[in-house]
Amino acid sequence: MINFILNNQKISTNLPFSMKVLDFLRSQQGINGTKVGCRTGSCGTCLILVGKLDKDMVSYQPLNSCLLPLAEVNGRHLVTIEGLNCPQLNPIQQAIVNEGATQCGYCTPGIVIALTAFFLNSPSLNESLATVALDGNLCRCTGYQSIKRVLTLLCQQFTLPNEEQRSSWLIKNQILPTYFLEIPQRLQTIQAPKSHLTSISPNSTIVAGGTIPWQSDSSKQVIFLSQREDLSGIQIAANRCYIGATTTIDAMQHSQVMQKLFPKIEKYFALLASTPIRHRATLGGNIVAASPIGDLSIFFLALGASVDLNDGQNQRTIPLKGFFKSYKQIDKQSNELVERVHFPLPDCHAYFNFERVCKHADSEIPSVNSAIQIQMNDGLIQQIHLSAGGVAPIPLYLTNTVNFLTGKEIKVEVICEAGKIAQAEISPLSDVRGSTEYKHLLLRQLFYAHFITLFPEQIDSRDILL
Amino acid sequence: MKNIDTLLHVKGESQFTDDLILPEGTLHAAVFSSPIAHGKITHLNLETAKQVDGIYAILTADDIPGDNQIGVIIQDEPMLAVEEVHYIGQPIALVIAKNADIARTATMAIAIEFEERPAIFDAREAYVKEQLIGAPRTLSLGNIETAWQNCDVIVDGKVESGGQEHIYLETQSVFAYPTENGGLKVISSTQSPNDVQRMISSVLNLPMHKIEVDVLRLGGGFGGKENQATPWAVMTALAAFKLKKSIKLVLNRDEDMRMTGKRHPYSSDFKMGLTHDGKILAYQVTFYQNAGAIADLSPGILGRSLFHATNSYFIPHVKATGYICCTNLPPNTAFRGFGSPQGIFVIESAIFKAAEQMGIVPSFIQKKNLLKTGDEFPYGMKVENSQAFSCWEKAEHEIEKREQKIQNFNQIHSLLKKGMALIPICFGISFNGALFMNQANAIVHIYTDGSISVSTGAIEMGQGVNMKIRQIVANIFSVSLNRVNIESSNTKRIANMSPTSASLAADLNGNATKLACLKLLDRLKTLAAKKLNVASTEDLQIKEEILHLKGEPTDLNWQSLIVDMYLNRISLTSHAHYRIPNLYFDESKEKGHPMAYHVFGTAILEATLDCLRGTYKIDSVKVVHDFGKSLNPLIDKGQVEGAVVQGIGWMTIEELMYADNGSLLTDTLANYTIPDIRFAPDIEVDFLENSENPLGIFNSKAIGEPPFLYGIGAYFAILQAMKAFRPTLTGQFSAPLTSEKVLLSLYKV
Ligand SMILES: Cc1cc2nc3c(=O)[nH]c(=O)nc-3n(C[C@H](O)[C@H](O)[C@H](O)COP(=O)(O)OP(=O)(O)OC[C@H]3O[C@@H](n4cnc5c(N)ncnc54)[C@H](O)[C@@H]3O)c2cc1C
Repeated sequence: MINFILNNQKISTNLPFSMKVLDFLRSQQGINGTKVGCRTGSCGTCLILVGKLDKDMVSYQPLNSCLLPLAEVNGRHLVTIEGLNCPQLNPIQQAIVNEGATQCGYCTPGIVIALTAFFLNSPSLNESLATVALDGNLCRCTGYQSIKRVLTLLCQQFTLPNEEQRSSWLIKNQILPTYFLEIPQRLQTIQAPKSHLTSISPNSTIVAGGTIPWQSDSSKQVIFLSQREDLSGIQIAANRCYIGATTTIDAMQHSQVMQKLFPKIEKYFALLASTPIRHRATLGGNIVAASPIGDLSIFFLALGASVDLNDGQNQRTIPLKGFFKSYKQIDKQSNELVERVHFPLPDCHAYFNFERVCKHADSEIPSVNSAIQIQMNDGLIQQIHLSAGGVAPIPLYLTNTVNFLTGKEIKVEVICEAGKIAQAEISPLSDVRGSTEYKHLLLRQLFYAHFITLFPEQIDSRDILL
Repeated sequence: MKNIDTLLHVKGESQFTDDLILPEGTLHAAVFSSPIAHGKITHLNLETAKQVDGIYAILTADDIPGDNQIGVIIQDEPMLAVEEVHYIGQPIALVIAKNADIARTATMAIAIEFEERPAIFDAREAYVKEQLIGAPRTLSLGNIETAWQNCDVIVDGKVESGGQEHIYLETQSVFAYPTENGGLKVISSTQSPNDVQRMISSVLNLPMHKIEVDVLRLGGGFGGKENQATPWAVMTALAAFKLKKSIKLVLNRDEDMRMTGKRHPYSSDFKMGLTHDGKILAYQVTFYQNAGAIADLSPGILGRSLFHATNSYFIPHVKATGYICCTNLPPNTAFRGFGSPQGIFVIESAIFKAAEQMGIVPSFIQKKNLLKTGDEFPYGMKVENSQAFSCWEKAEHEIEKREQKIQNFNQIHSLLKKGMALIPICFGISFNGALFMNQANAIVHIYTDGSISVSTGAIEMGQGVNMKIRQIVANIFSVSLNRVNIESSNTKRIANMSPTSASLAADLNGNATKLACLKLLDRLKTLAAKKLNVASTEDLQIKEEILHLKGEPTDLNWQSLIVDMYLNRISLTSHAHYRIPNLYFDESKEKGHPMAYHVFGTAILEATLDCLRGTYKIDSVKVVHDFGKSLNPLIDKGQVEGAVVQGIGWMTIEELMYADNGSLLTDTLANYTIPDIRFAPDIEVDFLENSENPLGIFNSKAIGEPPFLYGIGAYFAILQAMKAFRPTLTGQFSAPLTSEKVLLSLYKV
């Protein structure tokens, strides 16, 4: 049984846990404001809000309902465009109408949802944050200029309150309908699912964020890892940073711990996927999927990270760079869960940089990405980690380049020499993300970019490039 | 003025085909299509698939009662393949099942074997192997052969432009059900209900009056549903007809991307001759259009490439030739601009190259050759009321400041470089390839409560045509907008409607509506004159629903007059037909007056290039556009902004890729990237003042397609930034200019 509140209505259903929320809304409920655009989480026409009780408040996330299993709304508040409508247009809707920011109208419900999420969650109301909030919504008609006018208008119109609770402020300003007031109490009365997952049989399907397509096969048990709350979160202990496997990109990006360790992490991670996907995509899913271009795999490889695996009986820890065996083959048994990823805290003198280039636009899966961490001592490289994606069958740790650079001074000749070694370590294939030739060149550029960015005094771009 | 249609959009209450509430027992269809690009079908076995639980029927060409043929210009398109297949994704069979998942699963159980044949994917290869559709076509002006000797500078080169996927966010969708007496009602997401009706009629061998096609609105079309909504609608109608059930077919995104055609890729050769001072004397161009496997609208699209080969320039000696090359790709089709962008990209490349060779900026040549009133197009028509220069001058204002800023930026930054490009445009308005299509009908009903219902053939697909027609009606009657409702486009109400395309829907249908309203207004005033005892209707006028006599309000108002008309048995319904006047074309000479009028404009685009990583951003687009007298500035501005970004997408990041066997690799939105809000540039749209256009509705000008052309400037802005980093680099013209191409050319060894 799945229990939740759909807009203003309590729902109890015996439908399968793995049914997609989009199908539930359209086929089962005949609620059609949520549109089918791509069914791959790429366009945002199917965005919905999912609210989760957190003490006595509800926190909402904008999610792609095409990827979201019903299991994930159990005990939650599911909001569609219909659930935001009031007799009068709300200020978001009114601004869209005023600015002509909707043409064919197909993407519009998703845009209204994304902007509502922006009002619910944004630490401040400014246009650049509002733009990020819409990074998962495609519109083929407007060219976005009218939508940007809406953002400007709304950010001018409203200022966040200092004291007042966000939701009551939003209700007062008619951005949320009044029934939202009672949602916290109403959710309290809905049986929140408790899970006692400890071991998993080899024959089960594990779903973390579920952003990578999976088949629900009736012969297999589906395990929704989100129920294991212990697997999520970021902690520091004994000079290491531990990140639970179900921690999302969004959570890492906004974690104070991570921001302190990596001051630019917000900027780096803002480029990955889109706002709704970042709310779902997990660290564990990224590394287990073992995509050769996985952004998180590449990021954490350069931190010298390790992985904790557990089959219910035994726990083992292996270095992340040993985790990737060959194309999509990893050092993990089918009954093992990745529980967490952890890495030694970088020294306060450590340098870190992350580069990511897409062949077409930032919204894509990159063509090549790379991360580097360098520990300097007395002008020499004491310790270095370097990783690169899209250049090998696995997320690659560039061992030879690392070995070469260790103990070296940072200067143009050394970096050029190291760049050549890196080239010899990689074996990119031609595919939709670019030709072999391009990826070779791009890795060279990104490798240089690390040093141009981190050591501008020693490495002048003109010397190294021209 | 706000578009009141959008009130529904923001609440998620607008209905699209996929949103309709289905009758009990509706079945769902899925299409089984060719997995190979070219071959003979040697074996087709449906038995296993038919055994799948939940399957109702599998229909093939054998089940077609009428003519298995849906080609619009050339009869070369079987609806379901027989014996041979010519592209991956060509429909072979339609599976009907309890639900769409089952139908799709069953398509995988269909057993098929082929004798494969060699396939061609490249236009020039098709040309060499003489795989052409129709005869080549040439437009010319002056004498190209003798012109070269007078030129001081001659450049030549090759230009490639890629295809473009429409990505209307609503995929192709249809719902059809049987009506009494063997008829059918079809709700289709099509830009051309008449073609859908006509094709169903001939495929099912039914008279057209038995088929009702209804279209409420589309979730985007952009040309992709002009001709290519037809196959899905006809297939669904076939199923509804055969099974006597209501049937729904909605393509998944990947199916839509794989099975439908796109903007035509072109490969072109150019030669341009100029004087030392930048006057273009001669221009020769040959277009190799990649049509895909079937003619579809390719001949018309090639026509527009030829007609627009010289963009917004007067060139005394021109020869433009085009070949329609038949390849084994899905049939390429209409896409905003309809072949003009491909043509214009070539001449802009030629100018860039000439400027490069002459050591001047392209804008010098562009400006020098802008069209003036009276100049002749290669198709024989003279330019009337040219606004090319006025748009350019307005855009150019403060250009030196911009140039200076860019120079300063480029001096300070070693890894970031900026580039700028100007692009003037000229776009002819009419169905120039099929002049008979320049006609429309409208029906206007007034009910006794004073509310008004309007039916036309215009399809609302986001371009705001319903709002514009509503404004026309409200304006003529001087009544509140709320009184006017625009009905769905329906073949029972409007017969033989032309497709909503060629930017013409508001012009054609708006003018027909205007004529229908004027008839009603005349009847109303005649009655009012009688009631007021005045001899003529001339002094009567409705102002905000009140009848005025010589400018003074009377006791009569809209509401009371309508009731009076009814009681006096005066018809409250009117129909009118409109056709664009003065169009003609002599095909044997390729000369005539094929356009109603021309739309002009100029844009300035700026780009910033990251020369270390090869990535770029289009920073800004400033447009000065000739709207005529815009009917609805908010809607028209939105059309410009949207078109500009689509055009930029085509030039930069939108890239179709195929495997060696011709299968589309970029068949998801994860692999085929369109602009998102992060990518979209800032756009500023300036309305050219004092432009009149008596041929447009209320002096307005058509708006849908022309601004797409501004996007072409993005290519050249990036090229300029590349040259700022590598001064020795010479322009290569192969769109889209992906970061891959940029980086490889910046660091070519
Ligand atoms: C629109 C879109 C954009 C994207 N953009 C990017 C991008 O820019 N960069 C990028 O790297 N990726 C991107 N992705 C891919 C994907 O979202 C990420 O790789 C994400 O981190 C996967 O996490 P998940 O939680 O969704 O994994 P899931 O889909 O839940 O799982 C992936 C696989 O890992 C297994 N698994 C998950 N967690 C565990 C665990 N703890 N223990 C054992 N097995 C586990 C699952 O069984 C499954 O096989 C994108 C995806 C989409 C849809």
